[in-house]
Parts: sequence; C-alpha cells; structure tokens
Amino acid sequence: MILHELMTYETLRLIWWVLLGVLLIGFAATDGFDLGVGMLLPFAGQSDVERRIVINTIGPVWEGNQVWLILGGGAIFAAWPPLYAVSFSGFYIAMFAILAALILRPVGFKYRSKRESARWRRNWDWALFVGGFVPSLVFGVAVGNVLLGVPFRLGSDLRIFYDGGFFGLLNPFGLLCGLLSVAMLAMHGAAWLVLKSSGTVAARARRYGSWAALATLLLYAAGGLALWLFVDGYRITGAIDTGGPSNPLAKTVEIAPGAWFANYLAHPWMLLAPALGFLGALGVLWSLKTGREVRTLLLSKLAIFGIISSVGLLMFPFILPSSIMPGASLTVWDASSSHLTLFIMLVCTVIFLPLIALYTSWVYKVLWGKVEEKDITEGGHAY
Amino acid sequence: MELDIVSLSRLQFALTALYHFLFVPLTLGLSILLAVMETVYVMTGRQIWRQMTKFWGTLFGINFVLGVATGIVMEFQFGMNWSYYSHYVGDIFGAPLAIEGLMAFFLEATFVGLFFFGWDKLSKLGHLMATYAVAIGSNFSALWILIANGWMQHPVGAHFNPDTMRMEVYDFFEVVFNHVAQTRFVHTVSAGYVTASVFVLGVSAWYLLKGRHIDLAKRSITVAASFGLLSAVSVVILGDEGGYLASEHQKMKLAAIEGMWETQPAPASFTLVGIPDMEERTNHFAIHIPWVMGLIGTRSLTQEIPGILELVDKAEDRIRNGIIAYDALQDYRAAPSRDAVPAESVQAFEEHGADMGYALLLTKYVDDPREATEEQIAQAAWDTVPHVPTLFWAFRIMVGIGFFNVALMAAFVVVSARNSFYRRPWLLKTAVAALILPWVAAEAGWIVAEFGRQPWSIEGVLPTVAAASSLTVPTLLFTIAGFTLIYSVLIVIEMRLMLAAIRKGPQPDHGPEAPLLPSRFVAAE
Repeated sequence: MILHELMTYETLRLIWWVLLGVLLIGFAATDGFDLGVGMLLPFAGQSDVERRIVINTIGPVWEGNQVWLILGGGAIFAAWPPLYAVSFSGFYIAMFAILAALILRPVGFKYRSKRESARWRRNWDWALFVGGFVPSLVFGVAVGNVLLGVPFRLGSDLRIFYDGGFFGLLNPFGLLCGLLSVAMLAMHGAAWLVLKSSGTVAARARRYGSWAALATLLLYAAGGLALWLFVDGYRITGAIDTGGPSNPLAKTVEIAPGAWFANYLAHPWMLLAPALGFLGALGVLWSLKTGREVRTLLLSKLAIFGIISSVGLLMFPFILPSSIMPGASLTVWDASSSHLTLFIMLVCTVIFLPLIALYTSWVYKVLWGKVEEKDITEGGHAY
Repeated sequence: MELDIVSLSRLQFALTALYHFLFVPLTLGLSILLAVMETVYVMTGRQIWRQMTKFWGTLFGINFVLGVATGIVMEFQFGMNWSYYSHYVGDIFGAPLAIEGLMAFFLEATFVGLFFFGWDKLSKLGHLMATYAVAIGSNFSALWILIANGWMQHPVGAHFNPDTMRMEVYDFFEVVFNHVAQTRFVHTVSAGYVTASVFVLGVSAWYLLKGRHIDLAKRSITVAASFGLLSAVSVVILGDEGGYLASEHQKMKLAAIEGMWETQPAPASFTLVGIPDMEERTNHFAIHIPWVMGLIGTRSLTQEIPGILELVDKAEDRIRNGIIAYDALQDYRAAPSRDAVPAESVQAFEEHGADMGYALLLTKYVDDPREATEEQIAQAAWDTVPHVPTLFWAFRIMVGIGFFNVALMAAFVVVSARNSFYRRPWLLKTAVAALILPWVAAEAGWIVAEFGRQPWSIEGVLPTVAAASSLTVPTLLFTIAGFTLIYSVLIVIEMRLMLAAIRKGPQPDHGPEAPLLPSRFVAAE
C-alpha cells in the first residue's frame, strides 16, 4: 500500500491533533448540553411534569450525542494509542467515576417515568443529576491535571507506570478547572433548555444560565491567571523528528515557568481562541436576556469552542506531559499510531463525519420545536 | 483464583463483557424483527403491525439502553485495565473500534431517538427508514467489533516494529477481511437473531397460553419462527465453519474443546461426553463417536488434528525461538540507530520475530525471558493449554442449545403455518421455558471464544499476563465491587421493567395514521 505516502506522517499527525480537538469539542457541544440539562434537572424542573419536560428536551437526542464520547474513546485508541493507554489507566478511579455516572444516565432517562412512584422518580432525578455533574467535573479536573503534568513514567519497553492516586488529582488547580467545566456545561444545558422549553421551566433555565455564564467567565479568567502565576509549562529541548517513529522516549523535555504561554507569545493569532471563549460566555449572558434562543445556544457553543481550543493550542505539541519523567511526555510527534493507520482513519473520517453531520442535523430538524406539557401527558411516546 | 492484578483485571473484564453480552444479542435481532414488522405495516397499512412494532419496540428500548450503558465501559476498559495491550496493539485494534463509532453506532444511536419519538413527526416511510437505520447500524456495529475481536483470535496484516515497541499494521485489508472475523460475525449476529426470535416466540407463546393478545401473538410467532429458523440453521453452519477454522489457527482451543489430549490417527473421533481431567491429562468416562471430529475439523478423512500434548511440545519450541527473538530485540534497543544493529541480530529477529510473543509467556515467571530455567519454559508451554473442562462443557452446552433452537423454530414454523397452536399446548410451554436458553448459549459461546483464547490476549502475540495495566489490587477490588453493585441493581430493575411491560401487553394505539410520504411530496402530486 503506497497511497498513504501521499501525505507525510507529520501532516497526518497534525490533522489528527486537530481531529482530536474536533472530537472533544463535538462531545462538549452536543453531549455537553445533555450533561448540563442533567445537572439542572432537579432545579429547573420542580413538579413531576416539569421534570419530564426537562428530560424530554434531550430524550430523543442524548443517545446520538453520547456517541461523541464513544467515538472519542475509539478515535483516541486508534490515532493516539499511547494517550489512550496512559490517560485511561492513569486516571483509573476518575474514569470509573465517569463510567458509573454515565451508566446511570441512559438508564435514568429511559426508566425514570416507567413507574408512578414518586420516590422512584425522585431517586432517578438525583441519579441523573449525578450523571451530569460527575462527568462534567471529572473531565475538567482531568484537563487541569494534564496542564500540571501527570505523574507517569515509561519503561524502556514502553510499559506504563503511574505514580499518583485519585486524590492527587483533586488539587486546587485541578478543581478550579473542574468547576469551570461544570459551569460551562451548565451554561450550555441552560441554553438548550431555554430553546426547547417554555414557561416556568424556560424562565428558571434563563436564570440558572445567567449564573452559569457568569461563573464560566470568572472561572475561566481565574484559571488563566492561575496558570500564568503558578503552573510551570513544558517545552521540548533539542531536536525532535516530527515524522519519526512514535516512541516518546526519543526526546528530552524541560519544565519551565511560563513555557505554557510560549505559543501565544510566538503566535499572537492564537489568542483568538481565549478571546472567543470570553466573548462566547459574555454573549450568552447578554443573549439570555433577549428572546433569541438559537443565538444563545450558538454563542454557548462558541464559548465551548474557544475554551477547549485555547487549552489545546497552549499545550501544542504536548498532549500529555509527564511530571515525573518529562522526557516521556506524549506529544503530537511521538504518540500517534503508524503512518498507515492515521491515513486509513483519516479516509474513514472524511467519508463518515460529513454523513454524520448531515443525518444528525436532519434528526434535529425533525425534532425541532419546544417540548410542551401536552407532549408529556398525551401521545405516550415521552420518557 | 489468586488475587493478583492480572487475575482481577481478567475477572473484571469477564464480568463486564458477559454482562454487556446479555443485551447485545437481543438488540441485534430485535432491531431486524422490528424492521420486518414495520415493513409489513407500511406495505399493508394494517394497524396491528404498527401495534406490534410499538410493543416489541418498547421491550427493545428497555434492553437497548443497558446495552449502550454497558458498552461505554467496554470501549474504555482496554485503556483502563489493559494499558500495555492498548499500547502494544492499539495501532491495529483501535481502528475498527473507531470505525464502528463513525460508521455504525452513530447511525444506530441517532435514529433510535426517532424510532421512539418520531411516530407523530415523520411520514410512514420516514419512520420506517429510521427503524432500518437502527437495524443496519446495530448490525454494522457488531461487524466492526468482531473484526477487532477476530484480530485478537487470528492476528493478520501486522508486524512488530522495534522502533516503537509495538505491533503495527501493514495491510489493513487483511485485518478487515480476516476470514476468522467474517465467520465469527455471521455466527454472532445469527445467534443474536435466534435470541430475538426465541424471545418473541416465548413471550407470544405465553400470551397464547393466557389467551391474551392473540392476533398480535400469532403474527409475532409467524415472523419470529421463520426468521429464527433461518438464523438457527445459520448459527450451526457458521459455528461448524468456526470449528473448521479453529483447526487452522487455534488448534489448541479446538483440542481443548474436544478434550483431545493425544493426537489420534485420522479421522479423529468426537468425544460426545466425558470428564476431562487437567491433572491426569485424560478424560474419564468418555463416549466417542468415530470420525466426526476429523470431519468437522479438517473436512477430510486423512488429515490429522494435533492433540494437546503435541501442541504443548510445539509451544515449547516456539518459546525457545521466541527467546532468540527477544534477545535480538535487545540489540535493536541498545543500538543508537537501525543501521547500528548487528547483522546477526537482524537476521535472528527476522527469523524468529513471529515467535516473540511466546517468549513473553515467561514474564509470568521471570522479568527477563532470557533468564528462564528449563522448568519455567516447560511450565510456560503448559500454560498455553486453556482450562479444558470449562471449554469442553461450555462448548457442549452452546452446541446443544444451538440444535435445540433449530428444532424449536422448525416446530413453530409448522404450527404457525397450520395455525394449530392450541392443539399442542406443551409446545407453547416449551417455548416459554426456552426463553432463557439463547442467553445461556451466548454466554457459553463467549466463554469458548474468549476464555478459550487464554493464555493469550492476542493469539500468539501478546500473553494476557503481559497485557495488564500497572494498577493495585485494592483499586481493582474497588472497581470490581463497584461494577458488580451497579450491574446487579440494574439487572434487577431491567428484569422487573421488562416483565411489567410484558404483563401490561401492547397498548391500544388510536393515534392518527401518518401519511405514507412527507407532506411536501404529497402536495406536489
């Protein structure tokens, strides 16, 4: 097979780094509002009918949205095997918490309204809250810890050893990022609820959404400041072969204050990303006060896009730095799968991702419109 | 079992995979049955078929949701518990998982929402299309998962790269068109179709016995029995194909399934029943059927099937070759560049590299395989024998149920063609009692395929002992307890909801009928 030689290994790695971002942003922008709605459920909905309205705003779409997470897992496995291996085994208990929460979520949606008992329903409502809150928090905590550097080392046969525990993740900076993630996805969930509901539910969603947008702004600013003041960055010293074999042990890395901001200083256009993060969240705050619901949701997506890509750009070319063995840090240039695999996966992605976008938009169009009380009480198709 | 990291990781994987596999077969089959029923509705316009689609759809939904929830765990568990595996074969194994998401699961999960919520929002054809998308998506999903799994059983199209210390793909088409994967795919989805057919049959038979929902039950039986008969026959044929293939690629698994310790002169006899004994390395009280094993395994009367003892000798040779390859690899690693690797090491690695996985079997006993003693080599060779009694019995349970299902389906095809259900109430009772069987067969099948793959995670390439993450025992005990707790609670809830929905039965459906086509097409006429 010669076809894959058409694109250099370096180009493919760069494309897959972008696609990694696309997947994370795709997940946060779609399943993110499902998580947010889950977090808001016990608050935005007070009566049983209101809560069923809240659930049914995402009822038909959460399954499809969640595939972004599954696809994310699969694509990281395929394109960045060392990243998949190190991060999932390193963050083991955190991953378990996410999985446990994510198991509760689909089951909660589907099973909650199948019985009349008020206690049964109340318990599932809180399970759904946990199912939204815990993954949102843990994802953010994980990103914060990636920025700090993760305590893993690699043996000469690239066996992975992790020298930290779960509670090590819960440091102040990690928690700050976790709260930012919670606020951001709660904002997104609120923007979705405002679009898909009316009356008191929508009014409550507006109120919570404003608070969440404000919290997003403040926490994002605080996170940036903390990163600037307290967190050392990583940089590659000496040469690295951007088209070389994927062996993270072939380079040297140093930890240096301010290194995380080197990319922004060298390429000021990258500052567009954090700017979009701030503007998006500010926009949500403003747009929630007007009646333009679609615009609010789009602005919220813009904020998510800006915030997530600002982290990716800042770290480039690092994707998972090691705090105890900096040379073993995973970077875009030495943690990918083979040239051929990257090419094949790119071909598949180029074919299928547009198709997915096409039919997903069609489904959203079919389901367009607000969920009203009569949709719950009549018809019998609601959760 | 010892409480070490590898055993506990295996236990957790087995628990979560077996549990996930409680829901998958029904999803695979029921999605197709729903598509069939709804097609009849759209073509004939008869309300009863819409009611059937909705009723079985409700049960489908209760089952589907747990399949999705437990599937997430499967997707992430390789990285969590099997990080060296993920590093070592991610270049090949990750791709089918990702393509599964792109091509299949997105389709399935996006349209399943429309299946439930789209009845009033879509035209008849539009909704039918959504149902087809779910059925196609879930079956394609199985295809890609089994391509990944087939590669674990028969790793083709990849080789070891000393620069990256892992397996890398050189021919992706070999991975996709791996005939082991293709056979296992058809065998597994057919088993799923049988599961759904037995499920529909059993529930409908119960309705007939109770005298409830007779129209719905009779029609459901007609669909399920004919679809189920075809599938049940296909399961047996493809299972036989699998046995044939195993004789080429997984001789040890086949020998263990048969409890065949010594190589027999061709054609080998089939041990119908017996009590295999791992210590004595023989079977007690065995009943043999002459010729049958040779015919299944080789489709010839002259070819020999190697027995366990012979295969252990071969494994020992391969371990010794593997040590040579492992030794040569150390020269690769020590050399500053590829050109600096001594020529004899390059030659040794090229010659014996395919056996390097066998040397890794020794990592159970020594850190460096080159330092293994003769006893350890002999012990490691014996480790290539899976637990014979487990395989022996799991296989017989699976095959027994497979044949029973063919008979059950055939009987119901006849009964439903003659509309003579009530003349044979015992048959209806049998169908109700048989409800559990496809699940038993599916779990037994998983045990034969995956437990039978031991001690390998990737056959001949990476032993399970070398594949696990560097976790701690308390951590693993915590997550095993956690998964067990969550899964136990959920299965109880699932069963209760399922039974409640069956007891409640199909709901009267007076909703307005959707137009056949979207209104804009109708308006254009």
